[in-house]
Amino acid sequence: MTDPILSVEGVTKTYKGGVTALQPVDLEIRRGEIFALLGPNGAGKTTLISIVCGIVTPSAGAIRVDGHDALRDYKGARRKIGLVPQELSVDMFERVIDTVNFSRGLFGRAPNPAYVEQVLRDLSLWDKRHAKLMELSGGMKRRVLIAKALSHEPDLLFLDEPTAGVDVELRRDMWKLVHRLRERGVTIILTTHYIEEAEEMADRVGVIAKGKLLLVEEKAEMMKKLGKREMVLTLAEPMATIPAELAEWNLTLEDEGKRLRYIFDARAERTGIPSLLRKLGDLDIGFNDLETYKSSLEDIFVDLVEGTRA
Amino acid sequence: MNLHGIWSIYRFEMARFRRTVWTSLMVPVITTTLYFVVFGTAIGSAMNQVSGVPYGAFIVPGLMLLSIFSESILNASLGIYMPKFTGTMYEILSAPLSPIETVLGYVGAAASKSMVIGLVILATAYLFVDLSILHPVAMVFYLLLVAVTFSLFGFAIGIWARGFEQLQVIPLLIVTPLTFLGGAFYSVTILPEPWRTVTLFNPVVYLINGFRWTFFGTSDVTPGVSLGVTALFLLACLAWIGWIFRTGWRLKN
Repeated sequence: MTDPILSVEGVTKTYKGGVTALQPVDLEIRRGEIFALLGPNGAGKTTLISIVCGIVTPSAGAIRVDGHDALRDYKGARRKIGLVPQELSVDMFERVIDTVNFSRGLFGRAPNPAYVEQVLRDLSLWDKRHAKLMELSGGMKRRVLIAKALSHEPDLLFLDEPTAGVDVELRRDMWKLVHRLRERGVTIILTTHYIEEAEEMADRVGVIAKGKLLLVEEKAEMMKKLGKREMVLTLAEPMATIPAELAEWNLTLEDEGKRLRYIFDARAERTGIPSLLRKLGDLDIGFNDLETYKSSLEDIFVDLVEGTRA
Repeated sequence: MNLHGIWSIYRFEMARFRRTVWTSLMVPVITTTLYFVVFGTAIGSAMNQVSGVPYGAFIVPGLMLLSIFSESILNASLGIYMPKFTGTMYEILSAPLSPIETVLGYVGAAASKSMVIGLVILATAYLFVDLSILHPVAMVFYLLLVAVTFSLFGFAIGIWARGFEQLQVIPLLIVTPLTFLGGAFYSVTILPEPWRTVTLFNPVVYLINGFRWTFFGTSDVTPGVSLGVTALFLLACLAWIGWIFRTGWRLKN
């Protein structure tokens, strides 16, 4: 891959108490992509983001942001980054417009009222620009945090759980916003608990658990490689046990013997479905219904994470 | 140099001062008035002069520094503690700001506020006593030096503090008693031994006397020593803050 906007090499973090939050992480983020970092609570997602942004000091490793070393040339690196934190941390007594202007100045940018107005309009905050933050709802505060992160025109935007605790409508609005930002060339890294969100938005997905980056893959490729297909037969007559003649398909009996589940590899040359259906006919096992399912990103994620727990 | 960043922090901090401007200014005015009523009029009438200076005028530098100490510490510590408390510290830490730029923003604002308050106290004092300042330029310089030094001290306290109670501990339990015992309202020469010698171990004695020298040209200790002690305290605060940023102590993990 040429010219990544973010390059993380061998970054680790062990806290003073001895807890290892990150095992050596290597990651490259492509310019202009939407990258979803998935992981259960305490997996190390926020630690990794915080290290890149300069909030947490790494124990080892190197980070480059658009060619700037994040430790030696931290100013150059940080100017490129916008961060929307997970917590709704705001100065309650500040007005919306003031806090956004504050963020812009903090990142070394000269005032630009036209740009700030555009950001606030994009986030439906323009009408609320003179409101104090304490007067806003949680969803509006989340928008303000995004406006603050965008105020200095970053090239790389971190969204740490951007839709946690927001309603469906706002979540959809955020998704639209993320797509608009990408169209403008902003690279986006998001962490989320909502796998549906990653499935909807991400180009690539990284899965992290127990501080270890388990997998980084194109979303479509990951779904293809790790996704499973399932076929469920609703039997005409309940079955007490699975006959020995069906052992080779490794079936599971569910719902008090009323349903048979068969998990198969859709990419395999032989899925085993025709032979199974023939064998069922031979054994005079009838069924009333047949359904097939494709595993979601969530299923893949759960499988990967459970694999680390085993 | 991230001048926009420094200016943003400075403006943000000064905005808090503006929001509470009447409280911020009225409190020192009322307190100073009360001190003059009690010490200047009630007690001062029984005391003619101290070190050749009328008592009412003699206490002015001490009164000013009493407020400068507490206001500098309070403003600077609160300034940096509030982002820690509200969780907005992430923005300061992730901004392209060097430690010097961060300190300039917070300490500059805190020192500006306490300078304003110090000058308001001085103006109030003129209503009660006949006062002339012998070395006005040195007075302003010294006022600035003390305001910056104690704002640096407050900044470090704000990072050290884990709660609002800790923010108050050092100003209330250490600085204020040391100021009262440091010759704010009396000359240390009137103390009997061994208290006179013991008092000389109180660094505030040197700060107050140095400042008093700029007003009246008289001091219980040599002005050069006063300046040296103040500069030493300034360097100690700078070293502490430098160490905080180098190690990330109570600032980041």
